[in-house]
Amino acid sequence: MEKIAFEQLKEELYYKKLENGLDVYILPKKGFNKTYATFTTKYGSIDNHFKPFGKDEFTKVPDGIAHFLEHKLFEKEDGDVFQQFSRQGASANAFTSFTRTAYLFSSTSHVEKNLETLMDFVQEPYFTEKTVEKEKGIIGQEITMYDDNPDWRLYYGVIENMFQQHPVKIDIAGTKESISHITKDMLYECYNTFYHPSNMLLFVVGAVEPTQIMKQIKENQAKKDYSAQPEIERIFESEIEEVAQKKQVLKMNVQTPKCIVGIKAPSSTIKGQEMLKKELSINIMLDILFGKSSVGYTDLYNEGLIDDSFSYDFSQEQGFGFAMAGGDTNDPEKLESRITSILMDAKTGSIFNEENLVRARKKKIGAFLRAINSPEYIANQFTRYAFNDMDLFEVVPVLEGITVEDLKAAAADLIDEKRFTVCQVVPK
Amino acid sequence: MGVISETIKEMQGYKLHVVQTEKFKTNTIVWKMKAPLSKDQVTQRALLPHVLQASTAGFPTTAKLRSYLDDLYGANMFVDVSKKGEYQVISLSIEVANEKFLSDSTPLLAKALELLSEMIRNPLAENGAFDSETVDKEKRTLKQRIQSVYDDKMRYSSFRLIQEMCAGEPYSLPVNGELEDVDKITATSLYEYYQKAFAEDELDLYVIGDVSPEQVATTASTLFQFAERTPKESNSLNGANREEKTIKEKQDVKQGKLNIGYRTNVKYGDRDYYALQLFNGIYGGFSHSKLFLNVREKNSLAYYVASRLESHKGLMMVMSGVEFENFDLAVKIIKEQMEAMKSGDFTEEEIDQTKAVIENQLLETLDTARGMVELLYHNVVSKVEVSLDDWLKGMQETTKDEVVAVANKVNLDTIYFLTGMEAAE
Repeated sequence: MEKIAFEQLKEELYYKKLENGLDVYILPKKGFNKTYATFTTKYGSIDNHFKPFGKDEFTKVPDGIAHFLEHKLFEKEDGDVFQQFSRQGASANAFTSFTRTAYLFSSTSHVEKNLETLMDFVQEPYFTEKTVEKEKGIIGQEITMYDDNPDWRLYYGVIENMFQQHPVKIDIAGTKESISHITKDMLYECYNTFYHPSNMLLFVVGAVEPTQIMKQIKENQAKKDYSAQPEIERIFESEIEEVAQKKQVLKMNVQTPKCIVGIKAPSSTIKGQEMLKKELSINIMLDILFGKSSVGYTDLYNEGLIDDSFSYDFSQEQGFGFAMAGGDTNDPEKLESRITSILMDAKTGSIFNEENLVRARKKKIGAFLRAINSPEYIANQFTRYAFNDMDLFEVVPVLEGITVEDLKAAAADLIDEKRFTVCQVVPK
Repeated sequence: MGVISETIKEMQGYKLHVVQTEKFKTNTIVWKMKAPLSKDQVTQRALLPHVLQASTAGFPTTAKLRSYLDDLYGANMFVDVSKKGEYQVISLSIEVANEKFLSDSTPLLAKALELLSEMIRNPLAENGAFDSETVDKEKRTLKQRIQSVYDDKMRYSSFRLIQEMCAGEPYSLPVNGELEDVDKITATSLYEYYQKAFAEDELDLYVIGDVSPEQVATTASTLFQFAERTPKESNSLNGANREEKTIKEKQDVKQGKLNIGYRTNVKYGDRDYYALQLFNGIYGGFSHSKLFLNVREKNSLAYYVASRLESHKGLMMVMSGVEFENFDLAVKIIKEQMEAMKSGDFTEEEIDQTKAVIENQLLETLDTARGMVELLYHNVVSKVEVSLDDWLKGMQETTKDEVVAVANKVNLDTIYFLTGMEAAE
């Protein structure tokens, strides 16, 4: 077991790659009552075209299957895993994103039992035609719940606008129609391909003793019979630079209109430290353009174009990325043109200077400290970073190295009108 | 040694609560002010904290104030207005990095406390009025905040249930105030209200982090001084037990939102409050509960179905999203599960499971500074002194008979269903 110390942060991280390929990380948190653990596979909604384990031909699976599988893993022959976790005083959950599926629990007692339950339920699938059919009603209601949520529709509307081919444009839960085609055999095929330990990461953070926990995990994994798995082959259709659609206006049952301007990031294959630097540079750039202390935010607020729902964000994974800014507004057309012009002005780079860089950097460093109070943040973000060969604990050093030139380069690279798109929600 | 040690000190016009802990990388300050909910104040109280956080005399624009926060390593400042029973509580929070984790040794906690003092004691105002531009902007934003409830149908249906169920009681007032009252507020009237609130509200300051209670008290005593007061009590009305009513409203929605309100007749601080918590946990609070198992897992009717307590008013709310045509079936199952609770049709195992999960939930709440403040503040609202240890012990000692007894105090009051335009009557 390797120990990595972060002196300024007073944190220690323990790591080991097990024989079956599973990456295990443990971070003890002094003074915390709880332990939080995530068991994550590098498999999300975008992984819908791949070569199944043991087969020679590529296959395409129905939209929403990764999320469906996540639901079904909780059901076992003798009942529901939630019951077992709660007997052991834990609260359990799971989520599916574009690129990951994570299973998790948090508990303040019986940590070892809960960890055993977590590893075992994820590694012992039990799917039947009957339980698969039953889940279609439940997930159907999950999909309709989101259909009624204008913020959700707006966010996914922007992403759908951006991409021509890339499966990130597909709704994570799929549609009622697409999930109707899912069978237990398809679930097993996805499971056998993507849930091999070599495609997974286990993170335990909280009130734990690392040596003991690592020993337990090793023993649990050694009992299970995994043969080595070759690299998973996935296909992502090639994506051109331009957005698929410049604008989409959704008419919904709302009183206040909403508007988001999105930018599709140019395609890139970077990962690791370079990817981290790019991500943090873009985040700082967006803070300088749209943060509450910025000229842009002040003007938009004073003009009555935005309220506290205004937000901005940059997301990237290997193969896709996008930035967004927007929120509720009484004048979506005007907000759209104002955000667009703030961005186009930023492309020249003249807005960036040492003063606003230093301020935004301090803000980010403080936000990072605040974030690592949270075991949930540490486990989830560390995993996301690791799947992209980045290191969460490099955030502060990389922030400290960012220069005004980096911001100018990031703006020049990201901002391009042909990659802009807009989604609005307006009253019917 | 208890699970948490809170030092409470009587200060001039307010109480100071300090929790010393080394587990966080940040220090958290929360200023709370509480007054009874009332129609003529609710909108002003919803507006006031937003005006206070927009500017101060020393930082006369939001951009200046926000730049200063960024310079303090992104001190995170935000305001919130909430209902606790029949009270409306304003919170102003600042969370700031602990400089021991930084290479820069600026004393950030002291600066943050000074800034809080500046915000509440030195607002941008002259001649008995706030800066009118600030007030106008914040009035506009408040209107949008009030309206936003109509666009989030899950929030809307919860809001409508309370409006129907508690009609005539202060608790039915919307936490962000009433749209038609926003324009009646002026820069002068709000300033008058500001003075009144600081003279009459019950005031509490919480500081959580790696801090010394004595040192915080010394700093606070110079920064915050207010006149002594006897906080006003709410005239809590318990809605009479009456026939249950059903309200259906049609809107353009794809999924029906079902919200059911119960009167529990038990409040935080009551002897049977622990039994009530267990009751709620077995019935609908968790993913092992009866509602989740029966509405979702057995009948595939819903994705979400849960119950939650309003501890200071004595309410329990069930919420779920179902197909329009499944309304009757969902209500039938929810009622059957309530009958099961009343007749004691649940096992010792369900009780033990629920005790374990509630204990876990309470202990986990202490792993965030804000969670700690919210838990401790229950005692202020209820004027009781229940320690976390009492709470955990009281809950663990609760018996099945006590849970059944509490279940029989719970009465269904109102069923609210937001349904589609095309749904059958």
